[in-house]
Amino acid sequence: MADAPPPLAACALRLGDDALILGQRLSEWCGHAPAIEIDLSLANVALDQIGQAAHFLGLAGEIEGKGRDADKLAFHRDVMDFANCLLVEQPNGDFAQTVARQFLFSHYQELLYAALAESKDARFAAIAAKALKEVKYHATLASDWVVRLGDGAEESRARMIAGLDWMWRFADELFAADEIDAALGLDKAALRSAWDARIDAVLADATLERPAAHRPVLGGRTGRHSEHLGHLLSEMQFLQRAYPGAAW
Amino acid sequence: MSDASKEWPLWEVFVRGKGGLSHRHVGSVHAADAKMAVEHARDTYTRRMEGVSLWVVPSAQITASDPGDAAALFEPAEDKIYRHPTFYSIPDHIKHI
Repeated sequence: MADAPPPLAACALRLGDDALILGQRLSEWCGHAPAIEIDLSLANVALDQIGQAAHFLGLAGEIEGKGRDADKLAFHRDVMDFANCLLVEQPNGDFAQTVARQFLFSHYQELLYAALAESKDARFAAIAAKALKEVKYHATLASDWVVRLGDGAEESRARMIAGLDWMWRFADELFAADEIDAALGLDKAALRSAWDARIDAVLADATLERPAAHRPVLGGRTGRHSEHLGHLLSEMQFLQRAYPGAAW
Repeated sequence: MSDASKEWPLWEVFVRGKGGLSHRHVGSVHAADAKMAVEHARDTYTRRMEGVSLWVVPSAQITASDPGDAAALFEPAEDKIYRHPTFYSIPDHIKHI
């Protein structure tokens, strides 16, 4: 692992990596979604996330001051240097599993950006305020699908339950705060009750139970990732690894 | 895609480009209900700042004129040019006519 970056750069990295990895994951649906309308809808969310990643990673490079830009950070770091949460790197699975991941993450991201938009650091606040509108829509979209699938047919319901069950153990990590988050004055733990209320309201609408409590899985923020991330990176970083600095 | 009856119904999409303009037909989307149709229309047709408002209408609710009646319906208007608003000038500052 490289030298520890300044705390604010690490904050920006976490935010950027979450968005980047989720955007890359979602883009895997391109051309494979159950309907062309869903294909476009997932691609839109993916592009929003990648746009946010570009801003946050750009900021991380700027604060770090070692001449790394967003592309350099996205394409020339290894698995253990990524600081994204484990939730966003989880495989797409079927559509319900993808919806489950988006549902848990988008509500967290919306609450986080809303808090960040009030941050004393104007650079973070500006990016968050702009992205908040996008993320609000993602949360609505994902919630609608949770209700449709959960309160839908027998098969869609079974798949929604299985999807939530897969993703649930990664939810605690979203709110696990450390001294790096404190550098930005972020109190992630304080977002938890609002998140719980939102998730429970949608699950009730979807006639679904909360998944059984799992032992929480942590480690993404400090570079201890699941095996899924390496495969994702090998695809995402291939071009810049094979042809460093290639541009078009 | 094999069983047509299992597909979502079709919705016609109308977009208002900006305040003051009418909603204009831009295409169609498949969706299970009106709420999903608005989301699909948003994601399909307003990705490049095309609009400020959306309408979706079930395609099945549209009644079209019969192409066989086209002659009776439309051709009588052809030789009545006095009905066209071309005989007076429009002030420059009036837009969207």
